[in-house]
Amino acid sequence: MRVVGPPLRQVLGETLSELAGRDTRIVVLDGDVGSSTGGAAVETAHPGRYLQAGIAEQNMVAMAAGLATVGFVPFVTTFACFAVARALDSIRVLVAQPGLPVTIVGGYAGLLTGMTGKTHQIFNDVAVMRSLARMTVVAPADQIEARQAVERLAALDGPAYIQITREPSPAIFDEDYHFELGRAVVLRDGDDLVLVSTGVQTTRVVEAAELLAARGVSAAVLHCPTVKPIDEDALVEAALGVGLVVTVEEQSVLGGLGGAVAEVLADKAPVPVKRLGIQDCYGESGPNEALLEKYRLSAARVADDVERVFSTIRTRKGPAAARSRG
Amino acid sequence: MSEGAEEGELRALACDARETVVRAVATARGGHLGGPLSAVDALVVLYFRVLRIRPEEPTWPERDRFVLSKGHSSVALYAVMALRGYFPLEEVMTFDAIDSRLQGHPDMTMLPGLDMSTGSLGLGFSAAVGIALGASLRGSSFTTFVMVGDGECNEGTVWEGAHVARRYRLDNLVAVVDENGLQQFGWRDPATGRRARPYEAAELADRWRAFGWRVLEVDGHDLRALTAVLRESRARTGAPTVVVAHTVKGKGVSFMEDDFSWHSRVPTADELACALEEIDVARRALERAR
Repeated sequence: MRVVGPPLRQVLGETLSELAGRDTRIVVLDGDVGSSTGGAAVETAHPGRYLQAGIAEQNMVAMAAGLATVGFVPFVTTFACFAVARALDSIRVLVAQPGLPVTIVGGYAGLLTGMTGKTHQIFNDVAVMRSLARMTVVAPADQIEARQAVERLAALDGPAYIQITREPSPAIFDEDYHFELGRAVVLRDGDDLVLVSTGVQTTRVVEAAELLAARGVSAAVLHCPTVKPIDEDALVEAALGVGLVVTVEEQSVLGGLGGAVAEVLADKAPVPVKRLGIQDCYGESGPNEALLEKYRLSAARVADDVERVFSTIRTRKGPAAARSRG
Repeated sequence: MSEGAEEGELRALACDARETVVRAVATARGGHLGGPLSAVDALVVLYFRVLRIRPEEPTWPERDRFVLSKGHSSVALYAVMALRGYFPLEEVMTFDAIDSRLQGHPDMTMLPGLDMSTGSLGLGFSAAVGIALGASLRGSSFTTFVMVGDGECNEGTVWEGAHVARRYRLDNLVAVVDENGLQQFGWRDPATGRRARPYEAAELADRWRAFGWRVLEVDGHDLRALTAVLRESRARTGAPTVVVAHTVKGKGVSFMEDDFSWHSRVPTADELACALEEIDVARRALERAR
């Protein structure tokens, strides 16, 4: 087991507070969930730059756009479900279309939303946001990457969406790590297949790759913290070396990272792609471990599913293909 | 210039703007007429008497901001901006044409001088709240004006923003409601069979008052009164201000007035000729009076 670090939401609050201290253009808008998203730290550190917008997400995002036109660099903080689903038109018309430098922070991203259930879980926020022209979409894996991603987005001259999760999660990068927007990172080499992942799910995928290795399956891991623009070159390079790509995400299998990867590889390096993630369904409340098991996102379930897919492909290719792997 | 002469100049500009609006929509064979024609007078007063702007330097940082939240009235804004010198009047005839800077709804990425892209109703208002909040945070002295329709006040974001603007005591924010009494289709009035007003008599003003705004009301086609009220609206009073301008949808073209069907209808050649003739008669009457 890896060392579990603080939740990314805590990192978000700390990073935004530091940024606000360095750069007077940074403002943080809150849709009345600052005590949950981590944003509250900014209110403590820089009360004048913490803009409570109340429980009114469409208005909050529109206000952020207005603030951006007069030189501010706004971070809009709320839950991913409300940011994307309630405020989508504000994001589309006032942020994405004019290309304003507003970062939408989707807090409580993914499956683990603190026992709240399906109303507070959104699994297609990455799919929706990456389908907006001009939008940058980022899902950091751990604390180090989250900090650097937030810093990077503060300097981005354009709209962005970043997923930030609620629960404590493992650290996988060290202080030497350098996050680069739009660049994927090879976390592990492997000969049989490539696992492509994003967000904190990557921490479970790394662990799944270790489990697979113990079962004789050599899986590479490619982490894509930036889902848009996706690192096409890294995907193509990784796919050309193996006969199978498996995407894994704490999102719906429709249109998210899996969709992005399938689009790129279909165009540039056609290889079999299997998409793992949450099926075409809504979530539910429950303890974290139970949710990860049921929705097959835990390291063990991912390893099981990957192994099954891999054996199917190998069987289909026949013993010659299997032998040629050496 | 005397008050009478000033008003005469504004009325002449309003005639020019109405002619430009009608011609542009006829040329484009698309766009809106009812809302632009109700909004023209307030836009003329804003751009020629109230807003602190530099048409030759449209991105001047300390300019007053203007957001046309009822973005479907863009053609009226374009006509008035052109008359004010932002771009040549002929360019308004490219309205809605492919590759034109004058998009069907205002696009700030294409036309300098637009302070926000609008068109999805209710959102421009909320953006203006953000602009005014930004000015207040920056210590900038400019005023942010935003024009909304009365139908647009159906949108929840208007009231979300109204609440937040009051919370932040944004007395550097002025909303102008073009209360022309009709929306695109609206509710049927069972008593008359006609389209009902979006809000009854004093309902809209009462709502803004209930949200803690300073409310000013004005005849939205009385250019002298508009000038006085819109100038007064800039006063810093500790609360945001709304100017409820009572207007007539389609104002200035008799057969378009107060008829919801002219919300976005394109005039036929005969209708265009009639409309232009009416506007010309009004202009000539003005010239005689001067």
